[in-house]
Amino acid sequence: MATVAPSRVRTGRGVEITLLLLALTLGIGAYALVGLATGDALPAGFGGYAATLAAIAVGLHLILRWRAPYADPLILPIVMALNGIGLAMIHRIDLRLDARGLTAGFGDRQELWTIIGAACAAVVLILLRDHRTLRRYTYTAMVVGLVLLVLPMLPGLGVNINGAQVWVRVGPFSVQPAEFAKIALAVFFAGYLVTHRDVLTLAGPKILGLQLPRLRDFGPIVLAWAVSILVLVRQTDLGSSLLFFGLFVAMLYVATERWSWILIGLLMFAAGAVLAANIFGHVGARVDVWLNALDPEIYNRDPGGSGQVVRGLFGMASGGLFGTGWGEGYPDLVPYANSDFIMASLGEELGLTGVMAILMLYLILIERGIRTGIGLRDGFGKLLASGLSFVVALQCFVVVGGVTRLIPLTGLTMPFLASGGSSLVANWIVVALLLRMSDGARRPAGEGGGGLVSTETSLEVVPGDSEPPARDLDPGDTGEFASDDQHTEVVERP
Amino acid sequence: MSELIVTLLRVGYLVVLWLLVLSAVSVLRRDIFGTRVIARGSVLTGSRRSVPDGGANQRSSRASRGAPSTIRVTAGPLRGTTLKLGQSSVLIGRAPSSTLVLDDDYASNRHARIFPEDGQWFVEDLESRNGTYLGAHRVHGPTPVTIGTPIRIGQTVIELHR
Repeated sequence: MATVAPSRVRTGRGVEITLLLLALTLGIGAYALVGLATGDALPAGFGGYAATLAAIAVGLHLILRWRAPYADPLILPIVMALNGIGLAMIHRIDLRLDARGLTAGFGDRQELWTIIGAACAAVVLILLRDHRTLRRYTYTAMVVGLVLLVLPMLPGLGVNINGAQVWVRVGPFSVQPAEFAKIALAVFFAGYLVTHRDVLTLAGPKILGLQLPRLRDFGPIVLAWAVSILVLVRQTDLGSSLLFFGLFVAMLYVATERWSWILIGLLMFAAGAVLAANIFGHVGARVDVWLNALDPEIYNRDPGGSGQVVRGLFGMASGGLFGTGWGEGYPDLVPYANSDFIMASLGEELGLTGVMAILMLYLILIERGIRTGIGLRDGFGKLLASGLSFVVALQCFVVVGGVTRLIPLTGLTMPFLASGGSSLVANWIVVALLLRMSDGARRPAGEGGGGLVSTETSLEVVPGDSEPPARDLDPGDTGEFASDDQHTEVVERP
Repeated sequence: MSELIVTLLRVGYLVVLWLLVLSAVSVLRRDIFGTRVIARGSVLTGSRRSVPDGGANQRSSRASRGAPSTIRVTAGPLRGTTLKLGQSSVLIGRAPSSTLVLDDDYASNRHARIFPEDGQWFVEDLESRNGTYLGAHRVHGPTPVTIGTPIRIGQTVIELHR
């Protein structure tokens, strides 16, 4: 029998502030370099931009010190760096678009969304004292998630932009509810799977060494599959449907440790994708573009040509190993260079070296999320942390894979980098949840501060007869909050 | 601007980018190289004791050298989980609000509590259905726990360690 050696607990707030300085240097430095390269001077509004980023970083750092002192020290700096680099690139593409007389102004909007996103993260960190609270809202989260998914399909509310029916107009803004649905559904999947995983793991026949689930336990996965296909068909949004289905299969695998689920999931998605590629023209066109991008016939096809992908590839190629430098390339020649193709833009100006560094930042961010899942001591938290990290990972894979022509291009956004308010705000909320959970994972037992943990552990029962015994429930029940209200008389220990 | 400065700034930016990546990696090198997995019982020997166990525990571990600082799950579904001990009691059970949330069908919602009293740690059964065992004996009232004695809760075995 082996055990794991204990290691010291550090809060890591000191490390965090050092890394935040580096991250701010990257974000603000990139903005300055863009100005220097394009106009030989610091860009207008540079001071305000720098102050905004610094205020966000300092504000969130102080909130972490106040509300989540044991939170992971790497998550916030990495997110700040990615967000800063994204802002600089969007601003940089704005300058070129402006010069060519096209609609610009994405940079200012993204800056506003960054502030909103960071504010949402702060609110989540302040209000949500323990992630286990979310487990009470398992089925509420399911309803919220499904409603958000269906919202763009409602007539009068949904807006069709660029051929995808994924937007809802709220006042002056268009919002993609699917971005928020992924958080709600991750909460639902975590809550659902943590109560049902034993059934999913153990019941069912074993065929060819694979533990197959029982037919009636198939229900939820079939439902998830049906919903994702429905989203695919009705909203012509291949990316989101892949994201939801992938999230569910991944969480199912984490919960049950059964390979059969991954196999079944992949087969089901493959079947759905093949079907979709044959039935729906736009999906088929994407596959064509992927397979024969460099054919002149497909390159010039309109709509659905491969021009965007190919120009992105050439942009990255012209960047080479070290890139052209901030403001020296022509990333705007690619359509949607500041959202879907921001990785190609960064590849052109920062080169392979820069793109590798950015992918490493994502890798570390995701690793911290999954590490948080390992460190947590409750099944719900483990599933939620790994599910949310997996969402970020899958988005990175699908976007970078699409831009580099590894897989067909789908309409997902690069978390934190790409222009787009809903995605940015949703990902900031994801980060806030990960920070909250990492605080729970790294905090020593009985340290004050955490919501449920501290109320349960810092109270001491008065010895004697005034305390009714904690009711023992059947071993088979679900372990929901049966015991929370059973204290009658408690005193604080000195 | 001269060509030289432009190139320096371009390369400098990439250097700072990688500096962030590498400093982040150095922070998490313990995760990359894994936790130290060692044979049971060998934890307490040698020089490791000179390392204080985290900010919160320093005071207590100085005050009494033999005080336990971690709980380890050595058997059951959560095997391998460790939990730092602070100053206050630890609730163990299946209720999601427990400090250590067991995923163990033979454990009760609020199964047992481990708490410090005058520098000594005690385990107390909270009227659980299947009982709490300290070594081979069933625990009823608060019972002192020594370091390394297995506490069995359902299918889960936990131990206190320094």
